[in-house]
Amino acid sequence: MRANRLWSWLFIALGIVYFALPLIGTLEFSLKLRRGAYSLDAYWAVLGDPRFQQTFMYSVLMALATIVVGVLLVVPTAYWVRLKLPRWRPFMEFITLLPLVIPPIVIVFGYIRLYNTSSWLPLTGSAMGTNVLLMFGYVVLALPYMYRAVDTGLRAIDVTTLTEAAQSLGAGWVTILSRVILPNVAVAVLSGAFLTFAIVIGEFVMAALLSRPAFGPYMQLLGANRAYEPAALAVIAFAITWACMALIQVVSRFAPKPPEQLH
Amino acid sequence: MTFSTGEGKSPLVAAPVSTARRRISFAWLGVAPFLLFALLFLILPTMKIVIGSFQTSDGGFTLANIANLFQPSIIAAYWISIKISVASALLGCFFGFLIAWAMVLGGLPGWLRSPILTFSGVASNFAGIPLAFAFLATFGRLGLATLILRDWFGVNLYGLGFNLLSFGGLTLTYLFFQIPLTILIITPALDGMRREWREAASMLGATGFQYWRMVALPILWPSLLGTFALLFANSFGAVATAYALTGSSLSIVPILLFAQIRGDVLQDPHLGYALAFGMIVITGIANFIYIWLRSRSERWVK
Repeated sequence: MRANRLWSWLFIALGIVYFALPLIGTLEFSLKLRRGAYSLDAYWAVLGDPRFQQTFMYSVLMALATIVVGVLLVVPTAYWVRLKLPRWRPFMEFITLLPLVIPPIVIVFGYIRLYNTSSWLPLTGSAMGTNVLLMFGYVVLALPYMYRAVDTGLRAIDVTTLTEAAQSLGAGWVTILSRVILPNVAVAVLSGAFLTFAIVIGEFVMAALLSRPAFGPYMQLLGANRAYEPAALAVIAFAITWACMALIQVVSRFAPKPPEQLH
Repeated sequence: MTFSTGEGKSPLVAAPVSTARRRISFAWLGVAPFLLFALLFLILPTMKIVIGSFQTSDGGFTLANIANLFQPSIIAAYWISIKISVASALLGCFFGFLIAWAMVLGGLPGWLRSPILTFSGVASNFAGIPLAFAFLATFGRLGLATLILRDWFGVNLYGLGFNLLSFGGLTLTYLFFQIPLTILIITPALDGMRREWREAASMLGATGFQYWRMVALPILWPSLLGTFALLFANSFGAVATAYALTGSSLSIVPILLFAQIRGDVLQDPHLGYALAFGMIVITGIANFIYIWLRSRSERWVK
């Protein structure tokens, strides 16, 4: 057992070296813009760049729109499948797993070909239409995580009883969904939302191929032209990812426990 | 008798048959928006690619696009893509498994578990462009790791033929999200390993090696293979990291397709279809293996 523990510490230590090195290396590199001294110059250069502000705002708005549309789409569907169409669950699982099977670059290629200006639904013809298309693409990318999170959240509450209780008090479907179901799966929805945010904010392929001014293509452009600023961007991006994951951990402390009864 | 169908609790229900029919039409409506969304933005675009790869430019059926994939440059692109994906998935599985094993069964203090899993969650989502920047800043010619190796150990990384913009460099970079992903997937499987199995094995006289070879690995095998398949698909479809790292200098399939869509779409769009179709086939096979093996391994994780 002692030899075991020695090996364990060794593996963990090697892991720490591999994972810490790029993070420390990036942090150190991002501080070196000014010759001979550590400074935050690279960060100020990045944060002060109007294109950074524009693209970052664009991607934040995109992420928020994706989350709203994703929640409106996924929560009623997952609820309805649990309540009325339990036989559909394998089919729904299959559909929601598809975005992990089909690479995003293939999906967006399909969009370009299907919704071009000479098609029946010329979404790429206008900037707004392309934004909508990109947003739906992000909803597709987030689907596996969002659906899984909400479905797990619904498993922890007794959907049928809650629905019948609400119905017997005279609630309609909209009231049930917005005032009974949604608050009960709020933790799951928030987890899915933060993960979606982390995915969308740095997404590159879809935004680049649809030519939208998003944060991902901006980072790529900066990386091709500058030396120290990209490292600062990487640190910022890592901090955002970390914040999203930390928020997931924080909200999941408030998750309702699964009901004690046997089904 | 009339009240025995469904939840006919409402006294207003006069004719159960008509309510049943109404409920069915409602049930359809409930998922219709989702189905429409999936059809428009997931199924139809993919079908367009699949069908397009078997079509000539005027719409007739052809196998020429698929046949065009078998030219040396495209074969080479698929080959290096598959090599990078296999290498990063294999190494990711291996190191991820070692760390997860150390964490779950290695006798380490319990407080390590939570930070490792949290960090894995962060690192497995830290991909794309920023990851490429991080590795360029660390393993580039002036990066911290390169300088440490040179100044402290006298090892000239680049003198040894190391290049971040290559097969080895890309694999090293992909491991940054592959290892944490393995840890996240394999930890529940390791948690499911009963201590009784180990005790039963040693009571029957098994050595540690025999326990691993004849008990633990056969149980974990489906999880490990399934993780491998998922990691493979994960790195095979990744574009952003490779593109930010190498530009277009390393021709892996996703980058080839990216360039094709961006630049030469008008020249031969159907070759692009075929390239994309090939990607779907390969990630599809990998994911099919993953889902199949996961359902097999879940028998033990209960």
